[in-house]
Amino acid sequence: MAGASAILPRGAVGAIPAAAEAVRTAGTVRLEGLGKTYRSAAGEVQALQGIDLDIRAGEIFGIIGRSGAGKSSLLRVINRLEQPTSGRVLVDGQDIAGINEAGLVALRRRVGMIFQHFNLLSAKTVRENVALPLRVAGVPTAEIAQRVDQALELVGLTGKGGTYPSRLSGGQKQRVGIARALVSRPEILLCDEATSALDPETTGAILRLLKDINRRLGLTVVLITHEMSVIREICDRVVVLERGELAEQGPVWQVFGAPRHAATRALLQPLQHSLPEDLADRLRDNPRDPQDQMLVELGFAGKAVPDLARLAAIVGPGPLRLVLSQIDRIQGHAIGQLVLALAPSAPLEQLAGLADSTRIIGYVDSADG
Amino acid sequence: MLTAQMVDRLQQAFWDTALMVGVSAGIAVALGIPLAVFLVTSGPGGFFPAPRLNRLVGMVVNGFRAVPFIVLLVALIPFTRLVAGTTIGVWAAIVPLAVSATPFFARIAEVSLREVDPGLVEAAQSIGCRRWDIVRHVLLPEALPGIIGGFTITVVSMIGASAMAGAVGAGGLGDVAIRYGYQRFDTTVMLVVIAILILLVSVVQFSGDYAVRRLKAR
Repeated sequence: MAGASAILPRGAVGAIPAAAEAVRTAGTVRLEGLGKTYRSAAGEVQALQGIDLDIRAGEIFGIIGRSGAGKSSLLRVINRLEQPTSGRVLVDGQDIAGINEAGLVALRRRVGMIFQHFNLLSAKTVRENVALPLRVAGVPTAEIAQRVDQALELVGLTGKGGTYPSRLSGGQKQRVGIARALVSRPEILLCDEATSALDPETTGAILRLLKDINRRLGLTVVLITHEMSVIREICDRVVVLERGELAEQGPVWQVFGAPRHAATRALLQPLQHSLPEDLADRLRDNPRDPQDQMLVELGFAGKAVPDLARLAAIVGPGPLRLVLSQIDRIQGHAIGQLVLALAPSAPLEQLAGLADSTRIIGYVDSADG
Repeated sequence: MLTAQMVDRLQQAFWDTALMVGVSAGIAVALGIPLAVFLVTSGPGGFFPAPRLNRLVGMVVNGFRAVPFIVLLVALIPFTRLVAGTTIGVWAAIVPLAVSATPFFARIAEVSLREVDPGLVEAAQSIGCRRWDIVRHVLLPEALPGIIGGFTITVVSMIGASAMAGAVGAGGLGDVAIRYGYQRFDTTVMLVVIAILILLVSVVQFSGDYAVRRLKAR
């Protein structure tokens, strides 16, 4: 797989005629009091309840949750692959509950979707897969050929049209999926765990492609995932879903910087380093010796700026050692922690002004590296 | 050794068998695939739901499959007369052969259609396919290797069943083997017929397997 290099360079934007009609205003989704109950022999399962959401045109909106949280159902009510049991779904202000089959087909041409397992037709070539949405819509053959070429170029698969999907790598298959979803020129793209079956490198390439498409075509992207790294990579706003309910929502930097719900913290866990074991073992609650050093954690939740010059000025000539640092830049905000080793007498109150939170972790011998 | 007359007879019998099996296999495909599609899509949760009709058709299919071919051959004589205008000869055998092969093939095709990944159907819905588009572009093409494999099995079992068509004077290889090989103790004819049948079945099976392999290799 060619990886990142397969994405068109930014400078190639002008080469894509589809981009001419970019910056759409359409592409909003509004969910009001949405609920979904499954009835089975084993009884009723409440998959979603009381979901209120407003997805804006042109944003990348992430829905995250652990498995079984209801993400999949939530995504599928937007193009009505699933019928909600209560509440309303409005796409561009239009309630999609009552529409007939013709209306549904029209809706689905405005809302593209890609899948975790790509779901390409094995009996059709790449070209035929990408052309299918247009074929069933009765688009003239010449126009189909032209638009399929554009779509394949957009996802970096020019020249692969005659191949069957089984001959492609996972990343290439997902690119075909994206081309198939985009060939109808939708306003909204739904991504169902679109990178969960891919290796980390390919995941990165596909996410960059999605972001690129979002910018170029002004398309609203709604994605579900169970990986916070995906959200951090490309989303503007995120909601955390837990047992069918909204646990929290907000701009990505805010949710990452100051998670309020236990579910969010659990999802963030894999991205966080804990104190290394060797250090944790020697940690004491109180200083035993004036030479001991104090471990202080400065937390950054997106408001404060990790200003090292000011930090050094506050600490002065005393010891100042960087023990751990994990600062992410999300949407232009610094998110994460610095762990410093300082003299026990260091001016904590002043340090607190530098960060969004300050915490004494404990004390270690000065000799500890 | 075989007399020239016997060689002619065998040749005629071969073409009779080929005609019987060929025409009724064609009918079995033409009727069996729509039947299979109906059985798959009209069930509960399918996209043309008609649970009652689905159950009824299912029962009729099972009924035909329960009756041994030699019995069906005789039991269908009035129907055969209605359709073929005769109750003797090759065309009279084609009617019961087709009636017996259609439900058999339909059930095999049904299994292949059910094995199509539901994710593909979902994807097709998500790109704006109507229900018939899904049948045409997803269900049938994706199930094709299995359907062809099932068709091969159907044809082979029809070659076997056609041996009984002698009962309505339809001739064919099986008929020659019974009348000359068995009733006249002509072991050579018997062995030659068996050899031809083995060859015929092998060719059918090989062609079917080849087609399936070609489809799966892409």
